[in-house]
Amino acid sequence: MRFMMLMIPGGYATAAPDVRPEAEAVATMMKYNEELKRAGVLLALDGLHPPSSGARVSFKGGKPAVTDGPFAEVKEVLGGYWMLDVRSPEEAIEWARRCPAGENDIIEVRRVFEMNDFPEDVQKVVDGFDELKD
Amino acid sequence: MTTTATIEAVWRIEQPKLAARLTRTLRDVGLAEEVVQDAFVLALERWPRDGIPHNPAAWLTRVATNRALDRLRRTVLIDGKHRQLAVDLAELERAMPDIESALDEDIDDDLLRLVFTACHLVLPAEQRAALALRMLGGLSRLEIARAFLVPEATVAQRIVRAKRTLRDAGIAFETPRGQERRERLGAVLEVIYLIFNEGYVASSGPDWLRADLSNEAMRLGRLLATLMPEQSEVIGLLSLMELSASRFGARTDGAGNPILLLDQDRSRWDWSLIRRGLDGLNRAMALTPTPGPYQLQAMIAACHARAVSAADTDWIAIAAYYQALALAAPSPIVEVNRAVAAGMAFGPAQGLAIADALRDEPRLKDTHLLPTVRGDLLARLGRTEEARAEFRRAAELTGNEKERALLLARAGSKLT
Repeated sequence: MRFMMLMIPGGYATAAPDVRPEAEAVATMMKYNEELKRAGVLLALDGLHPPSSGARVSFKGGKPAVTDGPFAEVKEVLGGYWMLDVRSPEEAIEWARRCPAGENDIIEVRRVFEMNDFPEDVQKVVDGFDELKD
Repeated sequence: MTTTATIEAVWRIEQPKLAARLTRTLRDVGLAEEVVQDAFVLALERWPRDGIPHNPAAWLTRVATNRALDRLRRTVLIDGKHRQLAVDLAELERAMPDIESALDEDIDDDLLRLVFTACHLVLPAEQRAALALRMLGGLSRLEIARAFLVPEATVAQRIVRAKRTLRDAGIAFETPRGQERRERLGAVLEVIYLIFNEGYVASSGPDWLRADLSNEAMRLGRLLATLMPEQSEVIGLLSLMELSASRFGARTDGAGNPILLLDQDRSRWDWSLIRRGLDGLNRAMALTPTPGPYQLQAMIAACHARAVSAADTDWIAIAAYYQALALAAPSPIVEVNRAVAAGMAFGPAQGLAIADALRDEPRLKDTHLLPTVRGDLLARLGRTEEARAEFRRAAELTGNEKERALLLARAGSKLT
């Protein structure tokens, strides 16, 4: 089963656009990533630029409206993710526990939908969607 | 209160490293396997009550090493001091206080040694599979037994025999080099693919544990690709498994009837697996100008994966890859597939020429494979009566009821 570990770094909501992780922190995290790789559970990972260089598109009243970052009202923002293939939810959580995260960081662990999770009628509607991803 | 599922998760993460570390310090796969198991049993007893230790790796290593010392001391007592131990007892005792610091040492070499030892050529494939799942996958004997549909005692026996063979043959705990490495890597890849196929065959059934064998094999493949990123066949095998697994969801209809590859609804293929498989294949292609058997099979699977519809399949490329596969790893099954591919790429007459050459092949005598393929090619050539006879013969040979009905229908129907 696939899980996403979503990294929510403390203070990232207000981080300047040019903020980059320090070499030491990256080295520590690389070691952790190597562990994930060595266990054969790592499928993908990425880090995200701070929200101050991003944008939000909202749909109030059915009309898309664009707000440039930073977003004053948002306290928790994503900083990156890992996609894992593990045997159980507990294993995904155990991997999250082992992350060398900072004391204000949060990792949210979420299961990824598989086609079989949907009822038959939804599967029919979804048919063909995967082709778009290629 | 810590749940069993959490303990199992910690166990699964720690087990391969623990087994690798212990096998190195004890220089004995069998003893390592036993004391690692002892450590897990103790964890299951203690951790629900006391919680999971702050450093589970250190806890497990300490417990397992202590157990090993106990067993070795007992052996010395019973058999006398002169019995040759694989490891220096005093040295092991001296090393005990430094266990925590030893955990930071690079584990990759030990893991690789364990891979090559557990999957050693001297062991029959089924023993290799059991030992690999046990020591590298962290599966229990019961889980392995359920996955392979055999009694637990059979798995236990396979592991016992494997350990005895390794001990009696004096197999060193080491990573082979040069030509020996190539041969032994073949034994490793063979067993990972065997585990994958056990799951592949089963994954339409209700038994998730069997189906999960394929995922287990892919995780082992990823472990191996991490340890040996320069080996094109390792990446080729991983890519082959990912591309094959991408079709899991499309292989059966709602009633559980198998759907042939060309008839599958391609929107049900898992595109994230396909993407990873194709990425891996690209890396493997960059590593070698002469792809090995697994990479060639991945290249064939990739031709199917890339085709938007069955009609778009690049059969000429597939036929060429089967030709290469027939040279790299000749087998009657490869020849049958080559006949199919040639028939699709260059017309039924070309395919039939290859298929006809196989008619006296003893290894194909008892399967429906060849008559099915010949029937199909003959039908396309308009040789209707001969085609019908082949389909009837195929129907007699198949062990699958649904397939038999299908073949008999083709034997009786108007062939187009």
